[in-house]
Amino acid sequence: MARTRVVVDPITRIEGHLRIEVQADDGRITNAWASATQFRGLELVLKGRDPRDAWAFAQRICGVCTVVHAVASLRAVEDALDIQIPAQANLIRNLMVGMQYIHDHVVHFYHLHALDWVDVVSALKADPVAAEKIAQGISTWPNNNAARFREVQARVKTFVASGQLGIFTNGYWGHPAYKLPPEVNLMAVSHYLEALDWQRDVARLHAIFGGKNPHPNFIVGGMASAINLDARATINAGRLSEVAGMIQRAQDFVERVYWPDLVAIAGFYKDWGAIGGGTGNFLTYGDIPKTKGGSDFYFPRGVVLNRDLTKVHPFDQAGVTEEIHSAWYEYSGGSDKALHPWEGETKASYTGPPAPWTYLQDEKKYTWMKAPRYNGKPMEVGPLARMLVGYASGHKEIKEMVAQTLSTLKVGPEALFSTLGRTAARGMESVLWARLMQGWYDDLVARIKGGDTSTHNGEKWEPSTWPQEAKGFGFMEAPRGALGHWVRIKDGKIENYQAVVPSTWNCSPRDKDGVMGPYEAALVDNHPLADPARPLEILRTIHSFDPCLACGVHILDASGNTLMKVTVQ
Amino acid sequence: MYNPNPIPWHQDESLVTYFEKTGVSRRKFLKFCADMSVMLGVTSLATPRIVNALAALRRPSVVWLSLQECTGCVESVLRSAEPTIGDLLLDIISLDFQENLMAAAGFAAEKALQDAMTLNKGNYILIVTGSIPTKESGVYTMIGGRTAEVILREAAAGAAHVIAVGACAHWGNVQAARPNPTGAVGVRDIITDKPVVNIAGCPPIADVVTATVVHMLTFGKVPDLDREGRPKFAYGAKIHDQCERRGHYDAGQFIERWDDEAARQGYCLYHMGCKGPETFSPCPIVKWNSATSWPIGAGHGCIGCTEPHFWDTMTPFYTRLPNAVGIPVERTADILGGVLTVGALAGIAAHATFTGISRTRTRRELPILEESRRPPPDGPPL
Repeated sequence: MARTRVVVDPITRIEGHLRIEVQADDGRITNAWASATQFRGLELVLKGRDPRDAWAFAQRICGVCTVVHAVASLRAVEDALDIQIPAQANLIRNLMVGMQYIHDHVVHFYHLHALDWVDVVSALKADPVAAEKIAQGISTWPNNNAARFREVQARVKTFVASGQLGIFTNGYWGHPAYKLPPEVNLMAVSHYLEALDWQRDVARLHAIFGGKNPHPNFIVGGMASAINLDARATINAGRLSEVAGMIQRAQDFVERVYWPDLVAIAGFYKDWGAIGGGTGNFLTYGDIPKTKGGSDFYFPRGVVLNRDLTKVHPFDQAGVTEEIHSAWYEYSGGSDKALHPWEGETKASYTGPPAPWTYLQDEKKYTWMKAPRYNGKPMEVGPLARMLVGYASGHKEIKEMVAQTLSTLKVGPEALFSTLGRTAARGMESVLWARLMQGWYDDLVARIKGGDTSTHNGEKWEPSTWPQEAKGFGFMEAPRGALGHWVRIKDGKIENYQAVVPSTWNCSPRDKDGVMGPYEAALVDNHPLADPARPLEILRTIHSFDPCLACGVHILDASGNTLMKVTVQ
Repeated sequence: MYNPNPIPWHQDESLVTYFEKTGVSRRKFLKFCADMSVMLGVTSLATPRIVNALAALRRPSVVWLSLQECTGCVESVLRSAEPTIGDLLLDIISLDFQENLMAAAGFAAEKALQDAMTLNKGNYILIVTGSIPTKESGVYTMIGGRTAEVILREAAAGAAHVIAVGACAHWGNVQAARPNPTGAVGVRDIITDKPVVNIAGCPPIADVVTATVVHMLTFGKVPDLDREGRPKFAYGAKIHDQCERRGHYDAGQFIERWDDEAARQGYCLYHMGCKGPETFSPCPIVKWNSATSWPIGAGHGCIGCTEPHFWDTMTPFYTRLPNAVGIPVERTADILGGVLTVGALAGIAAHATFTGISRTRTRRELPILEESRRPPPDGPPL
C-alpha cells in the first residue's frame, strides 16, 4: 500500500482546536504532526491589571480546567505578596481542586474518550440479562441491573429509529477495532448517561463555595465564602451536609462505576498496552504539600527518563526551555534558540499557507504551540506521569494502586507506557483523589468544631501594603499535568504574566533537532491505522492525553523582556 | 432522569404522538413546558401553547460552532438542570454538530456539519460559542484549514436563528479585552443580515440557553431583545434589584473586609466591588447549577459578566462603584444604555446617571480602559 496522508481536523471530543496529520504505510503510522490552530494571547491582556483580578482572567484560559488556572494564579500572586491563606481556605480550595479532578476525569472517560472504545450501535444487540450478569460481576452498583439496561437500550433504539442521530452521527460504528461484546457496550452506554447526571450533581460543590460552575469565584488571600453555623449566608451546617453528600457520591461513582468499567473495558483492549507509548520521559511538579509551604508532596515531584522506573531524577526548573523551530513565532536570536521561560519571547509570526489550506505537514512551522523541553528532552505530563513518578518514588498508595491494576489485567509494568496506560492512570488517580477529599472535608469540619472559621487573610489586601515590586510563582498539578503561572507586580499592577501549561508539553511540535513532542511520538510508536478514512485509532491515542488546547497555546512576553527570576515555594 | 418504558419514535411521527405513547414521559414533558413558562416569564395560560408547539416538532436540528473560546459555555450547558443534558440531546433537539461531544472527527465530523446545513437549510438553529479573530486574515483560529470567520458565515447563511452563547460570541470577551491581541470580535460584527440573540454571561446559565431555544420553537420568533441583544425575559432586570441581599443595602449593612462579621451575616457586597447595581442578569432568580447557589449567594460580588466588555468596563473587580442610590427596577438596559451613550458623547456623564458616573470615573482613573463599548478595543499589533 502506498503512503497515505491522513488529516484529522477537527479532533473532536477535546477542549479547543487541534489538528493531527499523519502518514501511514500498510496500516501503520509512520509520521505524525500535531498542530494547535487557535491563539488567544491572554497574558498580554493581563498586563497593567490589578493583581487581585488576575485569577479571573487566568481562569478564562480554560472553562474545562475552570478551577486550576484560578488556583495557580492565586498561588502566584499570594507568593509574590507573601500572603499565607488560612487553613480553612486552603481546605476549601483543596476540595474544589479535588472535585475538579474527579469531575474532569469521569467526564473525560465517558463523554470524551469512551466512544473510542464503545460501539453505541452494538449495544442495541445486547441481552440486558447477560449485561446484568457481567455488570454485577464487576461492581455492586445498584443500577447495574437488567431492568435499567433494558430501559437504556430501548431509549437508544428509540433514538436511532428517529433517524436523527445528533452527536452520534457519522461515528465509526462497526469499525473492526471495536472489541467489546454488545453487553459491555450496553453497560457503558448506560453509564455514559448516568455520568451526565452525576457530573451535574457533583459540580455543585463549586457553586456552594464559589457561586457557580464553570468559573467559580475566588479571592486573593483565601475564599469569599464565609463560615457561620448560625446564619443563612454561605457556609453553614446545611451547606456542609450538601458537600458531604457530593463527596460521597463522587467517591461512590468513581469506585463503583468509573474504575470497574475502566478495568473491564481495558481487559478487552490489552493490545493497546503496547501501542502509543511515545517519548518515555515524564515530568511532575508535585502537589498537595504535606507540610505548609513544604516540598514534601502527596503526589511527588520528579522526572522519569527513558521509561526507567528504577530512578527518579529531581526536577530543577532551570532545565526548562521553550523552542519555536516548528511554531509560528520569532525569536530575536533566531528560530533555533532554546530559551528559558525567564528569557522567553513571543512574537507571533504566522508563516503557514493562506487559508483555506489542505496540509501543514510540508511546512517547517505548523502550529501555535511552542516546544517545551526539559534538559533538552520532550516530557509527557499528566496522570501517567504522576502515577509513574509516584510508583518510581515508592509512594505507598500509588504503588499499591498500580500493582493491583497490573495484576488484575495480568500485564507487566511495561504496559504502563502506552495509550492504555495513560487512560488507566487517569482512573487510578481519580480513586486516590476521591479518598483524599473525604480527609479534607473531615478536617474542615473538625476545625469548625474547634472554633476555626477564618477563610481570609486580609493583611495584604490593600495595595498600600504591597512592596513596590514583587514576583511570584504558582504551580500545581492540574488534571492534565504540570501547570505553572508566573507573575511580576510593579506599582500595584501586573507588569508581566506567564502560564506554562500541561498541554503545551504534551502537544509540543518538533524541536530544532527534529525530535517530536509527546502526541506525535505516541502516534508513531507501534501504532495501527486500519482505515485512513475512519481514523479511530488516532482518536484513541490523542484522547488518552485528554488534550486541552485553549490551555496550551499561550504567550510569554510579547515585548521580549526578560521575565523575573522566581523561587519555588 | 431517564425516560422509562419508551416506545420507538418513528421519523414521520410528531413529538406529541410519541409522547402520548409514553405516559410518564408525557407528564415529564408537561412539567418541562410548565417550567419553561416560568422561565420565560409568561403566564401559565401559555403553557398549552408551548406544549402544542413543541409537540408538533421533530427534533429541531441544532448546529453548534465552537470558535475562539475556552469551552466554559459548553460545560455550562452540560450542567443544564431542566431539561437535563441527556434529555436535551436524546429527546428535545438533534445536536447535529458539536465538537466537544460528537462521536465523529475530522472528515466525518465536517460531513456531519455539511449534511446538517444542507438537509435543514433555512430551518436549523445555529449556536455559536467563542469569538472570531480578525487580525492577520483570521489565522488565530482555524478549523479544518479554514478560518473561524469563513466557517461562521457559511453556517449562518442557512440558519433560521443565530444564538450567540456567552460573552465571547457577542463581544469577544476576555481575548477582546485590551489590547485585543487577535482582533477578536463577536458574531454580530460578522453576521449583520439577521438578528443575533445574545445569551450573555461568562459563561451564561445553561437554563437560560435552553429557555431561549424553547421560546423560538414555541413562538416561532426570537424573544424581545434589549439593545445588547439579550432576551428581556432573562436579562430585563438588574442583579441589584433582584438580589437576596438588597435589604442589607437598603439598611446600610455592608461588608467592609473579607470574612468580617458582616460577611458572616451575609450583608451587602457593594463596598467590596460588587457590580450587581450595573449588571442585567437573571442570576439571583435562576441561580446556578440546579439553583444551588450564585456568586453573591456564595459571598463574592458580581463581576458583571453579562455586560459589554466587562473585563475593561467592570475592572478592577474589587473597586467599589461610586456612591449612588439604586436605579429603579423599571429602568431597563435600553434606557440606561441610551443615557450612557448620550453621556459619553457629551462627555458630561458625571451627573447623568449612576451608570454614567461609574463609566466616567472608571475611564478617568484607569487609563487602560476604552471609551467605546463597541466595536471592541483594538490594541497594538503583537
